[in-house]
Amino acid sequence: MSGPNTSYDPVEVAALDPAAVEQAVDEALAAFAAATTLEELKAARTAHQGDKSALSLANREIGALPPSAKAEAGKRVGAARGRVKAALEERQAQLEADRDARILVEEAVDVTMVPGRRPLGRRHPVDLMGERVADLLVGMGWEIAEGPEVEAEWFNFDALNFDADHPARQMQDTFYIAPQDSGLVLRTHTSPVQARSLLERGVPLYVGCIGRVYRTDDLDATHMPAFHQIEGIAVDKGITMAHLKGTLDRMATELFGEGITTRLRPSFFPFTEPSAEMDLRCFVCRGTDPDCRSCSGTGWIEWGGCGMVNRNVLSACGIDPDVYTGFAFGMGIDRALQFRTGQSDMRELIEGDVRFDAQFGMEI
Amino acid sequence: MRIPLDWLGEYVELGAGTTGADVAAALVRVGLEEEGLHGGEVTGPLVVGRVLSTSPEPQKNGKTINWCSVDVGDANGTGEPQGIVCGAHNFDAGDLVVVVLPGAELPGGFAISARKTYGHVSAGMICAADELGLPDDGSGGIIRLAERLPGLSVTPGQDVIPLLGLDRETVEINVTPDRGYCFAIRGVAREFALSTGIGFTDPATALAAAAPAGNDSGHPVRIEDGAPLRGVVGCDRFVARVVRGVDVAAPTPAWMATRLTEAGMRPISLPVDITNYVMLGLGQPLHAYDLTTIDGPIVVRRARAGERLKTLDGQERSLFAEDLLITDGGERGLGIAGVMGGFDSEVSDSTTDLLIEGAHFDPISVARSARRHKLPSEASRRFERGVDPQLAPAAVELVVQLLVELGGGTPDGGVTDVDRTSPASPIAFDPALAPALVGMPYDEEQVAQVLADVGCTVDRASVPWTVTPASWRPDLHTGPDLVEEVARVVGYDMIPSVLPTPPGGRGLTHGQQVRRLVANVLAAQGFSEIWSAPFVSDERHEAMGWAADAARARTVRIANPLSEEQPLMRISLLSTMVDSLKRNIARGSKDVALFEQGLVVALDGPQQPAPGSPVGVHPGDELVARIRAAVPPQPRHLGLLIAGESARSGWWGAGRSADWSDAVSGIRSICEALAVPVRVTADDVAPYHPGRCAKFVLADGTFVGHAGELHPKVVQTLGLPARTVAGEIDLDVLIAVSDRPVHSRPISTMPLASSDVALVVGREIAAAAVESALREGAGPLLESIVLFDAYQGDQAGEGKRSLAYRMGFRAADRTLTTEEVNAARDAAVAAATTATGAVQRT
Repeated sequence: MSGPNTSYDPVEVAALDPAAVEQAVDEALAAFAAATTLEELKAARTAHQGDKSALSLANREIGALPPSAKAEAGKRVGAARGRVKAALEERQAQLEADRDARILVEEAVDVTMVPGRRPLGRRHPVDLMGERVADLLVGMGWEIAEGPEVEAEWFNFDALNFDADHPARQMQDTFYIAPQDSGLVLRTHTSPVQARSLLERGVPLYVGCIGRVYRTDDLDATHMPAFHQIEGIAVDKGITMAHLKGTLDRMATELFGEGITTRLRPSFFPFTEPSAEMDLRCFVCRGTDPDCRSCSGTGWIEWGGCGMVNRNVLSACGIDPDVYTGFAFGMGIDRALQFRTGQSDMRELIEGDVRFDAQFGMEI
Repeated sequence: MRIPLDWLGEYVELGAGTTGADVAAALVRVGLEEEGLHGGEVTGPLVVGRVLSTSPEPQKNGKTINWCSVDVGDANGTGEPQGIVCGAHNFDAGDLVVVVLPGAELPGGFAISARKTYGHVSAGMICAADELGLPDDGSGGIIRLAERLPGLSVTPGQDVIPLLGLDRETVEINVTPDRGYCFAIRGVAREFALSTGIGFTDPATALAAAAPAGNDSGHPVRIEDGAPLRGVVGCDRFVARVVRGVDVAAPTPAWMATRLTEAGMRPISLPVDITNYVMLGLGQPLHAYDLTTIDGPIVVRRARAGERLKTLDGQERSLFAEDLLITDGGERGLGIAGVMGGFDSEVSDSTTDLLIEGAHFDPISVARSARRHKLPSEASRRFERGVDPQLAPAAVELVVQLLVELGGGTPDGGVTDVDRTSPASPIAFDPALAPALVGMPYDEEQVAQVLADVGCTVDRASVPWTVTPASWRPDLHTGPDLVEEVARVVGYDMIPSVLPTPPGGRGLTHGQQVRRLVANVLAAQGFSEIWSAPFVSDERHEAMGWAADAARARTVRIANPLSEEQPLMRISLLSTMVDSLKRNIARGSKDVALFEQGLVVALDGPQQPAPGSPVGVHPGDELVARIRAAVPPQPRHLGLLIAGESARSGWWGAGRSADWSDAVSGIRSICEALAVPVRVTADDVAPYHPGRCAKFVLADGTFVGHAGELHPKVVQTLGLPARTVAGEIDLDVLIAVSDRPVHSRPISTMPLASSDVALVVGREIAAAAVESALREGAGPLLESIVLFDAYQGDQAGEGKRSLAYRMGFRAADRTLTTEEVNAARDAAVAAATTATGAVQRT
């Protein structure tokens, strides 16, 4: 645009007239303002800022002026071109913003429509509850052990001081494996893992076991032929019932909330002596409502059995009971889940209905 | 065990106003758990009323109510007749009835108040038996006192609660197997006294003192146990006394019948009721024989092969050689010792002379007989748990006294008492064990006192003490047994709460972490976690397409299954997961993706019997190893099951039905999550579609599992949705192989060069084979290879298909030239051509 004007005809140069320049600017500004779309603005730009526009022509003429006039004319035309450029940019920005705003409005969707192309699955709450208990024990410095579900009778009973003729052995509602001399059962509790852990890991031992156990109960709202237990055993020098109580209290508080403590009641289990039933402070009424339906007004809810590991168990597992003492406990995970969530019909736990899992998140 | 409160009050001071709840609370503290409270739920005013008038009034709802005026004396505070609306009509003016007045409470917490009903204000209720928690008396509705309490003179306004026994309470407790002595009021009274700290006088003490000593003129009894169980003679005490001239038809007194009923037994006849009453009261099982049916001396012996006996319940039973029998003259059986008497020697209407047996039998012998004959009786329950071997003389004495008093009998002077009991073994007991085991600072005086209170003889001359348990505590053998007595009597609630300090653990194992990861990965992909009961049948195995024999050989059978139709343990998760899938479909879910992690049985040879070993001793490493080895292998499997759409249809557009690839990618995702490379090949095994079954193996060929579409026949037989897809793998294999860190390689930051090739191959050629050849031929510059299109049709040619791969090349240290990339690609194609006959499409 500012090339040499060799072919220029100075006679035609009239645009340097200040009035003409002013008019060209006014026309340009009016044209820009009148443009309502970016396309119109582009046309206006070509007309008023393009090579053939009055101001461009005037600009070209400046070169042909005598040096004395160049400065003034250059200043005047430059200022005019600057105003036109500024006006164009302003209008350009304005129209672009208008266009963008319009497109964003046009692109709006209904974000309240529920997407569901690939719905999330779910964890089973019993497993989540088991993981929670395991994490709690691990956090206390315990380890988690496992064992088979088809188990040797010796591990399930004899090692745990259940004599073959003891009434307690008959009270376990055991599934026996054929033939009669198989020596196998479906484990009736997670306690055989106590014996397995003592034999495999020795002492000191702080081990929990979370797993599935079996009893010959028909399925109904409060019974399942298969259910889940959490077992714990601690064997070390100087372990007392007070340590048992301390561990149970911590578990109760962590799983069910501040102020939920435990109560021990004298009981009998072949594998512990002394033995106790363990009750939880009712987490609904906390012992304050004599009409509470959750605890029948007693303030306590049964959760499991526990006690000091029987000397015969330690002996059977090759541990010297004169040197080491221990405690053990066993509770229902399914029950713990019920306590925590208010779930009430055990059949839902085993039926595998996806709607059951779907109620829960993946942390419980 | 049911404990009528008034009976308990006869053996121990209950204190005025003691309720069943008080007694239950005291007992639970010392280890007798409450099972229930019965009676005592009615609070007054509940009074006698005389019906003055009745006026039947038909109602719009079709019922006819009875508007009654009832004289309740001064019980209502005014002496005016009470207006009561009643729904029943089995009474008339003049009848004496039971009226509950406003302010009273009936069983179930049903509070009574005056209320407006059917246009009247009904100020109370005329009661029926069931409303009061009483058994039906056959009146068909309202209790009429003239029939309910014949001969009793009552007046309107009189309190009727004691008259109907509604103030009587029974506490039901659960007796643990170690506490046989608590199967009697005597034992429970002792525990109540221990719990409350009041004194207790053993009722057996006076009776034992009153009982005549054994002499030579009693009915002869011989104990001839030729085969003691575990070296224990089946009977070590046998007391027998004869009472003659008993009127067996004499009525059982009401107080005794009431107590028996409340304790849960049915009154039968005076002699039987007396023996039951004494058993419930003192804890000694007893038997009354008709003396005339006994021929010769009583001989206690083991049964003989082929011997039979008809028991009291009328059943003819084949006896087992281990059964201990009571016989006469050693020949005819009179009963199975401690379990049930014989039919022929039973007391009948014509009996006048009775022989009363009070014996002590070996708990194991009784338990085995009761179990073998499936005959748990009141007697066997007690013997199994341990009966006081020194109790028989006192108990028989009480039976004799009652037969004399109530049946007019006369006892013989001859008394048989065969006593081979041995004194209880003393326990060497260091009193420091109590604080050491419980973590409570018991002092020695406290320990000694508790032991004395529970009946032990304590010799404190030196440490350890010599503690001899009472005869009724056969459960006390060891120091910890005695510590439990101390702890429970002082109170478990006194034990402090102290956290132990473990040395610190190693955290979750790799396997435990993997199981969580697998579950979370699958749940994030849309699978719902389930668990199913592991019981299956031959039929289920066949439905899965497996030969029943072969499947059965891999598993174990339950001897006593819940259902005879499901006696086998599962060998596959899918075989039980399908039930959950069907349940979901039946309940209206259409698109269902399930997973389960669980154990299956995987016997790899004949099932070996697991040896046993007695309690309390280490069996030795060798035997422990054999026991372990006999436990069938039970790998942990992962199962997947998908039906319906895997990508759902919806407002966003069409979805996609689940197909084999969803099952395969589900399993692949687990392998990727564990960074375990697997090889996939086509396979043809049940329960899968023969052309749509993928087999997964590790790089070294170790089998991992299968995934694919289920065989149409399996789908049809099991009633599953069409095109159900599934997968099942041995998770233990993946856990084992992934338990090591992955070795990190540097990531190149040089530019990627892509090159696409389309290869035409025979339809029978597996894509995996083509890809593998391409990889090999491409060499180390190949970074990635993706099958992005697969086509079979006219353009591919007959029996052919076209596979299009995008190969990504990259060097670690430089930008690749076009020549390098082309050379690598051409080498890859050449390798594929050599290996699979692939021809590059141009």
